Formats: sequence, structure tokens, C-alpha cells
Amino acid sequence: MTTPSRYWREIPQRYRGEANSCEKCKKKFFPPRLICPKCGNRDLAKAKIADKGKVLSFTIIRVPPSPFKDQAPYAVGIVELKDGVKIMGQIVECDFKDLKVGLPVKIEFRKMFKEGHSGILCYGYKFVPDS
Amino acid sequence: MEGIVGYGAYIPRNRIKVEEIAKVWGADAPSYKKGLMLEEKSVPSPDQDTITMSVEASKNALKRAGIDPIDIGAVYIGSESHPYAVKPSGTVLAEALGATPEVHTADFEFACKAGTEGMFVALNLVKSGAVKYGLGVGADTSQGAPGDALEYSAAAGAAAFVFGKKNVVAEVLDTYAYMTDTPDFWRREYEYYPQHGGRFTGEPAYFKHVTGAARGLMKKAGMKPQDFSYVIFHQPNGKFPFKAGRKLGFSKPQIEPGWLVNKLGNTYSGSSPLGLTSTLDIAKPGDHILLISYGSGAGSDGFILKVTSRIEDVRNLAPLTRDILDQNKNYLEYGEYAKFREKIRKAD
Amino acid sequence: MRDVAVIGIGMTKWGELWEKSLRDIYVETALMAIEDAGVDHIDSMYIGSMSSGIFVGQEHIASLLADYLGTSPVPSARVETACASGGLALRMGFMEVASGMNDIVLVSGIEKMTDVGGDKATYALGTAADQEYECYHGVTFPGLYALMAVDHMNKYGTTRKQLAEVAVKNHRNGSKNPLAQFPFEVTVDAVLNSVQVADPLRILDCSPITDGAAAAIICPVDMAQKFRDHPVVKILGSGQATDSIALSQRNDISWLESTYRAGKGAYEMAGKKPSDMDLFEVHDCFTIAELCVMEALGMVEKGKSGEAVEKGRTAVNGDIPVNPSGGLKSKGHPVGATGIAQVLEIVKQLRGEAGERQVKDARTGLTQNMGGSGASTVVHIFERD
Repeated sequence: MTTPSRYWREIPQRYRGEANSCEKCKKKFFPPRLICPKCGNRDLAKAKIADKGKVLSFTIIRVPPSPFKDQAPYAVGIVELKDGVKIMGQIVECDFKDLKVGLPVKIEFRKMFKEGHSGILCYGYKFVPDS
Repeated sequence: MEGIVGYGAYIPRNRIKVEEIAKVWGADAPSYKKGLMLEEKSVPSPDQDTITMSVEASKNALKRAGIDPIDIGAVYIGSESHPYAVKPSGTVLAEALGATPEVHTADFEFACKAGTEGMFVALNLVKSGAVKYGLGVGADTSQGAPGDALEYSAAAGAAAFVFGKKNVVAEVLDTYAYMTDTPDFWRREYEYYPQHGGRFTGEPAYFKHVTGAARGLMKKAGMKPQDFSYVIFHQPNGKFPFKAGRKLGFSKPQIEPGWLVNKLGNTYSGSSPLGLTSTLDIAKPGDHILLISYGSGAGSDGFILKVTSRIEDVRNLAPLTRDILDQNKNYLEYGEYAKFREKIRKAD
Repeated sequence: MRDVAVIGIGMTKWGELWEKSLRDIYVETALMAIEDAGVDHIDSMYIGSMSSGIFVGQEHIASLLADYLGTSPVPSARVETACASGGLALRMGFMEVASGMNDIVLVSGIEKMTDVGGDKATYALGTAADQEYECYHGVTFPGLYALMAVDHMNKYGTTRKQLAEVAVKNHRNGSKNPLAQFPFEVTVDAVLNSVQVADPLRILDCSPITDGAAAAIICPVDMAQKFRDHPVVKILGSGQATDSIALSQRNDISWLESTYRAGKGAYEMAGKKPSDMDLFEVHDCFTIAELCVMEALGMVEKGKSGEAVEKGRTAVNGDIPVNPSGGLKSKGHPVGATGIAQVLEIVKQLRGEAGERQVKDARTGLTQNMGGSGASTVVHIFERD
């Protein structure tokens, strides 16, 4: 799976939602990009993603990849944040029967998985219902 | 004057009732409920640990503090359940808040006292002028051995405090520490569960240090129990804080707002700090608050706080501790609890 | 550009081929195609394979397989666009022949998937998604397609039963395909009560883990009848397109833009429109995929695919036959091989050699081969002279 350097490189995005944006197209990119795919602008400004949004689609993973075995079954969704950024993440603290398109959610900091018994611990964002 | 500029709490939503644990071990639930005044405790999900709870509690503290995280010069997490044996928890917290790289970070461990240790050091760095703001967090996902008395209380939660000199919601008027070497509770390296000295954890350990710290601090400050609107003691079970209060001359109404243990359990390093958050949630400007922690090993830290008028402005900028505790609960059966707490032996 | 024809095809029965290695499977299949074409040599070869490195620990398979096929020192290249690798191998070979650089090219696809356990296979397939921003969150391929399914159901009222009908239809077709991994029929009830994988998808909505290969020989049309007297099947159009690798980055989660674009390119090159096609072989890695592909290829309007399947329009005897071979669902899905197996079915159908599953009077056909959650698509259009 992941390695310490690969994990470390994504820390700004995963821990605190660092993004960037094209001022010309008024579009925010998460993860940050080096070039705006729409207009070719390379002068992108630092930005942060919103911490709230709503569920666009969701599923419940019953057959998980091995690092996620202990968590299954769990919900994964695509969320559109208030700033228009769309991201994927687990939706936790929500009974499966309450999952629906349009559900308001907010970001919480969670442990994503462990690298076996002795490897690094991998953290990041998940979504919880925003009541 | 320096003091708390923002505070925040975090408690996982999972709970397990005393009856559910007692059922598994053939124990007498009513005696635990009456004897230890415990009803249920919080349980972390598999994706929650000291680090994740510290981040969420600290985010709540920052909402109330309204400061730029880059101005935080010190980040300390006190816990006896740091997820790594070697590798700091505080660096994750500092990164998640956006306080890096000009920040001093350390992890504290002193059984249940580590949280107030972090607060103590953060406060004193602010006081000395070494940092503009300091963050002290108490957090734990405590483990009691299956079937042990501790299993009924060992819980999970976090409380975070930002200290500064401007816009404080509670001034820290005085501090005190009282410590001896007393082996009442310990966990050796590579051991999964802690061990304890049974009744030895009471009089010579908890009560001696809690009352010693409270008396010493009040004497130092020239104050008496009646001068305080509220007092928070470390809460290993429901009974101990009330008994300590009686010994010192505090009344039930002074203790109750910060007494969360019956519904929360013992959150170890988060215990008395969480009690402080729920007390700040209801305190009025001018109120004096006494906070006395306890950590086995053993020692107590004491703080005298005076609430300012700013409390009214910031209180509702983050969730209130009693609301977090009472809302959105998810009750677990023992099997699920055992799975969440990794008490089940599995294949690789 | 020269016109290009498919003159030979080869494929052995797919499944869990415990006795056979990657090189065994490849050589058997390639020899069948060479035999079918009747050529005495090849000038060049392309191999589509998604992840031989993870599945069998072997990279550099282009040279390995040329060596074991006995074709070294001809140039050989492995190409990869996840599950669209096979389709890409054909496109690469097509360009080489069309350009005049070489005449007789062997295009093939292969995957030997069962040497690793289920966990590792899930991991290998997952590498076709965004590792850092999708897989990091625990999503799987069934999960990604389930997200499309929920979106499609939510937007268009597509039903769970309509999804099941795709599997039922493909298994009915596959039951008549002796090379299929699962050549048996299933019922709607069986699909709806099969094991849950990623809600709302169940195991019978998913294509299986398969060992297998498929191969084809292509050459300039004017050489096509030099070797054997098969009816000549021409490649009229080739299209390929990409989209964001992360599903969340798309404007419309259940719209396959890369399939739409690749289809558009192929239709334009061929001078054909969707209604000109007599049959389609499409990438039904999951039941929902077939529905989304039907819409993106312009076979039906957006949102109308479920209804079309339910009404039987996509059956072998329907007006828009889809996956007469049994599709990935019944035939199996050795990921890199799938794109070439689709070509094999179209060639058989256009030659009139498809037996019980023959689409009547089939003259034109289309293949659509897709990688990841739709980040790559390759489309080809074929016609019998």
C-alpha cells in the first residue's frame, strides 16, 4: 500500500484540505494542480476546501480492500462541498438507512487505515452528518 | 492577564452500558452502578484515536479562540494512549491545525494527569512570553483489561485549551503541583492493558494527591472552598470526586456541572479537562473555578480560574460538552465493542 | 491511410486456468489467431495487459511473449490503459498497418489473474482508480460503479430490477458461448438475492476474476484475401478518449464522457451512426456500466437504458443487440484481454460463425472497451465487405 514518503507528500491535502484555484476560471482544484485544465493558467492561487457539503452519491462497501477489513461494512460517498469542490470520502456516524443523496455532511479528522501491525498510521478526512 | 482564550471538547458517539459489560463477565451490574456511580461509557470507533480526537477538540477550541493557527507557538497532547510508541502525536495535530513549522511540540504521559500537564506548560510558556498562544490537550482512548473493574470506566474523549494573553475567557489566577512516587497504576512497555493496586489506588494515591493539591493551591492563593463557584476533580469513577469534595469542604452543586463520569466514563487524560469544558459552558463572568487533576504514579495539578465576560461571546461558537455527551449516541453490544477495541484475536 | 481488415482470431476457453501460466495461455491463443489467418509470419505485435506485474510478478511481457511465441526478433510492445488495454492494442496495431509501416500485425490481450488471492486482485484492479484520492478512502471498483448506479437510479428512476436484467440477458447469451467462464443462465431473483458487494450492486452484477487471452491478426484490406477465404471484416473506425481518473471530478457521475468521445471519433471516422450498427460488444464490467455505455454511445437517450434492457431491445433478437458473447459478466473478464475478445465476437458475428447466439444478418458491429471507472475508452467499428 502506501509508503511513508507517499503518505507524507499528501499531508497538506489530507490533514487540512489544502487546494488551489484558477482566478480566471473561478474554479478550485482539490488536490491542487499545476495547470488549470480549462484555460491553461499556471498561476494558481493557494486555497482551502470548505468543510461542509452534501452527498451526491453513496455506496456501502461490503467487500473491502484488506487495509479496510476492520471497518467494513462502511459507506463511501462523493460529496459536493459548499465551494463546489467534489471529493470522495467515507461517510461515518450515519446509520445506513439514513444515507441519502443530498444529505448534509461535514468533514472530520479520522484514521483511514493502519499499515498492518507495525507500519505507519494513515490519517485523513471522513464525512459525518451535519445536523 | 494570561488564561484560556478558547476551549473545545470531543467525545465519540459510541456508548456501552455497564449492564452490557457485566453480562459478559457474570458481574453484578447494580453494584457497579451504585458503588462506582457509573451507567455507561464512551467508546472510540476503530477510526478514532488520541490524535483524531485531539484534532477535533482543538478545532472546536480554535472556533472559540478565533485566532490564526499560525500564531500557536506550542502544541502539547497529554495522553496515556498515544497511537505510536515512538513518533509524536502532536506533530499530526499541529499539521492538521496549520500551526507548523514554527511551533514547539511535545507529547506528555503521566497516566490521567498528562492533559493538565500539557495545559500547565502551554500556559507557562505564554506567561513567560516565549509563545503568543499555546495549545494544551488532554485525550485518551483508554483500555481496561477485559473483566477488570477498569473495563467499566475506561473511556474515550478529548478536551483542548488555547492559552493566550489577549481576549481570555478565563484568567488563570494561580497554579500548583503536588507529586510523590506512588505505584498505584502502571502499564509496562509492550503490555496492552494497565495494572493497578486495587484499593491502594484510593487513600494513599487519589485522595492524598487530590486533597493535597487542592489544599496547597487554596493556601497559596489565600482562598477557601466557598470562594469557588465550581470545582472539577479527576473522575476515575463517579464516587471519588464527591468524596474528595466532602473531605475538602465542597458541596455537590459546586461539583456537578463538571461531573460527567456517570455517562462518559473515565477519559483519563481527558477527564478533568472535559469537566472544565462543561463547567465553562455554564459559568458566568466573575465565577472562580478550581481544577484539580490526578494521575497515577502519582500527582495532581491545580489551576484557579476566573471567568471573564468574554465567555458569553464565544460559548456558542462550538458544541457544548453536555450536548456532545447527550446527543447522537450509538449503543454497542459487547461483541461490537470488543471488535472496536481490538480485543478479538484475529489472523493476520 | 490504408484500410485495415481483421483476418484471424483466436481465443481458448476462459476461466480459472490453474494448469496454465501467462505464457502458456498467450501462446495457445496467439497460435490460434495465426492459424485462423493463415499467415506464415507476423511483422509486429501488441499486447494489452493491465497489471501482469501485480498479478504474476512479471513486467516486460512484450519480449517474454514474443520469445515464447517464437516470433522474436519482431518488434513487440505491451500497452496499458487499465481494462481498456486490449482495445488499445488493436488501435495501436490498426495505426501501424494503416500507416503503412507494417503489414501483418498480431494484436492481443491477456491477463492471468488467479495466481493472487482475492485481496491482492482487488488491490491490483484498484490501481486503475486514483490511489491517493479514491483508494485511500477504501473505495473499490464495485464501489465506484455503485456510485454511478445510485446516481443513475436517483436521476432517471432506473430500477434495481433493470440492473438485474442486464446480467440475466448477458448470462442467457453467454450460456450459448462455449468459451465463456460462466456459460449458464441466471434469474432476476438470483441476481437480486446474491451476495452484497457494494450497495446496490451484488455479486451477480459484477464481472468475475478470470484467466484468459484473446488474439487477432490484422492486415491491409487489399491483402486480406491472400491467405484464407474468410469474409473480410474491415475496421472502419477507431476512437479513443480519456476523462478524469477520479470519478468525483466528473460533471455528471453516471455519464461516461470518454465513451461518448471515443464513440463520436469512431462513428465519424467510419461515417456511421449508432442506428447503423447491427450489434454492440460493450464493457459491462458491472451491470450499471452497460446501461451507462448504451447512453454514451447514443444507442438510447440519456436515462432510457434501463427501460430498453427491460423491454428486451438489447437481446440477440432485439433491435439493438448488446453483448451477444455474454459480455464480461458471463464470458469472464481477464482485464487486459477483454478488448480483443470483443473484437473476436464481432468478427465471428460478421462472418456468420456465432452459432446459436448469431445476430441475424449482422453486417456492422461496434466494440467499446473501457478502463477504470471510465477514464479511458477505446471504440472500434467493423463492417463485413
